[in-house]
Amino acid sequence: MAAPIAWVGAVVHPVSGPPIADGVVVVDGAVIVAVGARADVVIPQDADVYDVSGKHIAPGIIDLHSHIGGGRLHESLGPVQPGVAAVDAIDPSHPSIDRARAGGITTVNVMPGSGKLLGGQTALLSLRPGVLIDDLLLCEDPESHRWQTASSLDAAAPDAPPARHARVCGGVKMANGTNPQGDGGDPKSRMGSAYLQRKALLDAKARAAVLDAADARAAAGWWARRRLPDVKRPEPDIAQDVLVQVVRGERIVHFHSHRADDMVTALRLREEVGPQLRLVLHHGSEGFKVAQALADAGVPLAINVLDTPGGKEETLERQLGNPAAVAELGVPVSIITDDPVQDSRLIRRSAGLAVRGGLDPVLALRALTLSPAEALGIAAQTGSLEPGKEADLIVLSGPPLSVWTHVEQTWADGVRVYDRADPAQRVFSTGGDAVVAP
Amino acid sequence: MNALLTCWLGTALATPLYLRADVVHTVSGDPIDNGAVIVDDGKILAVGPAASLAIPEDAWVLSGAVLTPGLIDGWTTAGLTGPLNSSGDQDHAESDHAVDPALRALDGYHPRDPLLGWLRGLGVTTLHAGPSPGQPVSGRTFIAENRVASVDEIALKDDAFVVFSLGEQPKNRFGSQGSASRMGNAATIRQALEDARDYATRRALPPADRASRDLGQDALVELLAGKRRALFHAHRADDIQTALRIAEEYGLDLVLAGAAEGWMVAEDVAAAGVPVLIGPVMARSWRDGEQRNSSFEAAAVLADAGVTVGFMSGYEGYVPKVRVVLFEAAIAAANGLGFSRTLRSLTLDAAGILGIADQAGSIDVGKRADLVLFDGDPFEYASHACVVVVGGAVVSETCH
Amino acid sequence: MIPLLCALVHVAIAAPIAFVGATLHPVSGPRIDDGVLLVEDGQILNIGARGGLAIPDNAVQLDSSGKHIIPGLVDSHSHIGGSRLNEALGPVQPGLSAVDAFDPTHTSVDRARAGGITTVHVMPGSGKLIGGQTAYLKLRRSSVVDDMMLCVDPPDGAALPARRGRCGGMKMANGTNPQGDGGDPKSRMGAAFLQRQALARGQQRLKALDNGPPAPHDPTDLDGDVLAEVVSGQRTVHFHTHRADDIATILALRREFGIDVVLHHVSEGWKVADAIAAAGLPCSLIVIDAPGGKPEAMQLSLQTGAILEQKGVPVAFHTDDPITDSRLFLRSAGLAVRGGMSPDGALRALTLTPAEMMHLDDTIGSLQPGKAADLVVLSGPPLSTWTRVEQTWVEGHKVFDRATPEGAALAAGGGADLALPEEPR
Repeated sequence: MAAPIAWVGAVVHPVSGPPIADGVVVVDGAVIVAVGARADVVIPQDADVYDVSGKHIAPGIIDLHSHIGGGRLHESLGPVQPGVAAVDAIDPSHPSIDRARAGGITTVNVMPGSGKLLGGQTALLSLRPGVLIDDLLLCEDPESHRWQTASSLDAAAPDAPPARHARVCGGVKMANGTNPQGDGGDPKSRMGSAYLQRKALLDAKARAAVLDAADARAAAGWWARRRLPDVKRPEPDIAQDVLVQVVRGERIVHFHSHRADDMVTALRLREEVGPQLRLVLHHGSEGFKVAQALADAGVPLAINVLDTPGGKEETLERQLGNPAAVAELGVPVSIITDDPVQDSRLIRRSAGLAVRGGLDPVLALRALTLSPAEALGIAAQTGSLEPGKEADLIVLSGPPLSVWTHVEQTWADGVRVYDRADPAQRVFSTGGDAVVAP
Repeated sequence: MNALLTCWLGTALATPLYLRADVVHTVSGDPIDNGAVIVDDGKILAVGPAASLAIPEDAWVLSGAVLTPGLIDGWTTAGLTGPLNSSGDQDHAESDHAVDPALRALDGYHPRDPLLGWLRGLGVTTLHAGPSPGQPVSGRTFIAENRVASVDEIALKDDAFVVFSLGEQPKNRFGSQGSASRMGNAATIRQALEDARDYATRRALPPADRASRDLGQDALVELLAGKRRALFHAHRADDIQTALRIAEEYGLDLVLAGAAEGWMVAEDVAAAGVPVLIGPVMARSWRDGEQRNSSFEAAAVLADAGVTVGFMSGYEGYVPKVRVVLFEAAIAAANGLGFSRTLRSLTLDAAGILGIADQAGSIDVGKRADLVLFDGDPFEYASHACVVVVGGAVVSETCH
Repeated sequence: MIPLLCALVHVAIAAPIAFVGATLHPVSGPRIDDGVLLVEDGQILNIGARGGLAIPDNAVQLDSSGKHIIPGLVDSHSHIGGSRLNEALGPVQPGLSAVDAFDPTHTSVDRARAGGITTVHVMPGSGKLIGGQTAYLKLRRSSVVDDMMLCVDPPDGAALPARRGRCGGMKMANGTNPQGDGGDPKSRMGAAFLQRQALARGQQRLKALDNGPPAPHDPTDLDGDVLAEVVSGQRTVHFHTHRADDIATILALRREFGIDVVLHHVSEGWKVADAIAAAGLPCSLIVIDAPGGKPEAMQLSLQTGAILEQKGVPVAFHTDDPITDSRLFLRSAGLAVRGGMSPDGALRALTLTPAEMMHLDDTIGSLQPGKAADLVVLSGPPLSTWTRVEQTWVEGHKVFDRATPEGAALAAGGGADLALPEEPR
């Protein structure tokens, strides 16, 4: 049984509360057991104590939008392809994952690309060590709503179908605007995009209703059954049943959208399906134009903060002030990399640039940690340094949002997964694509 | 509205400026605490401790935390590549001829491009604009101050380097015209230089036998005569060495650009006395394989080996449409290059590389008044460039 | 009294507003020289000759002497909003909706206001036999298109109303444009057949719906539902057509399926004016400077408006922006008068008649008490080439003002579509 670990003397940023000068964090196994000022925390006798004076400790960073893992995440089976799943294309040994750890990322939402109206299922990964992707993949236990690795679920139920497809281990990726237009079978206009997305979602709603009606019939007694609609349970369908999960709110929709009117179209589609549909808007480059509508709809935004605008028509009005502008009206903001559009190691930089654009630094740090946790529905177990939560944390050489600060260590689920002091790992923090694990 | 305001500010040349900062980095000398700079008639009139510099009568007083010389982008397609990224606003390359030194960036430069305004607001006051990497022998570059006026008015050097490309870009774009392999690409370059030598001879013949004027060959002749300099874009270590080799064979005055693997052959580059414009620092992993060994520490390794380093924003094909040398350099600063060396790379060393160090790159009496006032550490993410002066005119007054 | 130019831009003025001293063109009645127009709470309160009606004490009085005021213009056929409005999912695509492709912040929308347009009918293109649902939009200032939609049976309560009401018509087209692409018909025979087949499908769906609303578990039929609205007459068909025989085809479709239809462009309408009149079909005309460009537009005539007017056919004009610029909408009426149309008829063709075609005339199209305060302040008579649009008001809010630098740039400028900030924010 491993000893507990205590980090003593750093500035601790719990995110769920104000920073603690001269703080202590104690971890036992995979769980945080104490966080507080040095004077207030009792360090277990048998703990390994690290003196981290002069350093800062923050929760592990959560990247809500990434394409790491070395796989091709663009498929072309059709504009709406819900049966396609990112998990089947991720290589856990790919150096991009090591680079994400070097950047301080402990949880990441790996998504299909934006080239299709509905590109496929996303994959929620914990960047703990692992050999199979199932060791990293987090799936929701339907009873406890706790997220744990697919491997652990498979181990607990060896005769059940594999968790990676039998459980909800991510959401779905949708997109509108320029990217999903143009290819062979794709629509050529925003009208066509909205229509095909609307049709897919409403057809799924009807399918969900058929399934509910069939369930009601099955559960009813003979007499009650005579008064229920006579519906036949449809055959299971790998792809369609994913959409049923979406319209029931069991899977989050991660919707890539840049232009203001495209964002409003996404909100409208959600309205047409129902408030149970869980929606996160990604990029939101023109979010500042429709901030009130976003706030009213209670939809969070996941923004990648890029250095300059342009490159395509819908990003012409990108501005550094966007996160601040939407946050001001109460829109929950997360900051993402969209790796490789932005390198995973530079995710703190995005938060710093958002501060440059006017975002409150407290909200900026939250945008890397607790806000994405909330958007993903995993805030009960990670995203802040609180007793009872998972030991996902980073040790920094200085203040989290300074250009001069480096990630010194990354811990995921109580295991150190990156250490800058190890020369073999240090190259992941600065090197290019060619760097591979020793 | 922004354009109008900028134009108006840009013509406020008549007003002298008094810029005061908690720290003034002249770059050519030690930083001055609580320093000041007086600007008049487009030039720096005085620089020193604020206490010893009286404020002229009608001067516009501007105050901030840190004052630096204006930043210099060592090589960019900004001005030739607009934000829309459609065929109508992209003027960075030709595709028909592998050898095209008749092209002049000045003829395609769009001073009103909104992306130039973006860079201006962040303190980039001088740009070295040229064709994108691709043609083995490409056109000539244009060095300009970052201001909205005609190209003639903003030119610091209207016709400067000849651009050459090695590595994957020529393979991608001119594979069917002799550059499918690195061998073929180098051969094309050499042949072009030989043809230029031959042309020079034939131009010297009596009129009846004289070769007709070829604008592109003229530029290569000047290059061979040492009257022009060559900019070679190369990332991979062997491509960098090819550039050094060709430069030596033909006696070219060489500047390297890109140089993702430059750090791996830093001694060779230093020994050749060749300066390097690094970029991108924040290389992205979908890009060409030749950048796979890039490193945030590359600039530091080269500088430690004694190489003169500048930064370039280069060409971007997608989103975002242009890089910002201030941001690129900040990553290098935090990864070994450090504050002073990075600031020097963005200013005086870049000016030296571009051949304009006599007029720009440091805060010295008599030089151009290209200045940036920051509200904090210039490289810090959350700091802002709050005042930008180009040629003595305040071109930006809001914090970016 | 406040000079008109100093009126507040787009803040709702709580007090009533009185435009005093302008020449008023109510359209629903004769011209009023030296008139008073009273606006309150976004609606027209009263209108009459100065001295003939009481101005409330608390009214903000705007000196409008020398100006002309007309109802806000209604553009019955436009493609503003910055997005592509031609899809290619098939020749018949009734499920598509123009609303999903409209960017209210696009500069073309500002230019429409600069042209005096207060209600615009945004349509899918004419590249398909049935191109999709159109959108009736009031040019209020908003970034959210749902705030601008004009709907029959508007849903209540929702911040972003789902499209449960009818907020537009259906775009159909015949002639050259919808032929030729991949799955499209190659002939007018094929075109008419596919359109009849689609409308027949609508009839079947209507019949099925007559038995009661669908249960949640019934399969969806987005296309069928909309086609049912069309054949029941509840959703107006806006039919792009040029040639006389193509017009005749539409007359036949109307007889067969009972659709409520408006003819658009109608280049050869002058040839079959009697038939159009007999069918009582309204026509929305494009007034362009010269014929040609494609065979079916070769015989376009500037006199079409006059001829149809004489036959008692309701006539409207449209810009078909970007074919003609929204800022030059008044010009269409002027040219029609050149072609022989009555000036009153020409002005009505920009205002009340298109409102009637879109069944929105209970709230827009003329300066009458109870209608929306959608109005345009002109520097002179509406049909003069020297006249400029000075201000455009929507529901009592000023949404365009030529006296501001932005307004002047919009009214006359090149209309650069890039709103990119020149400096980072």
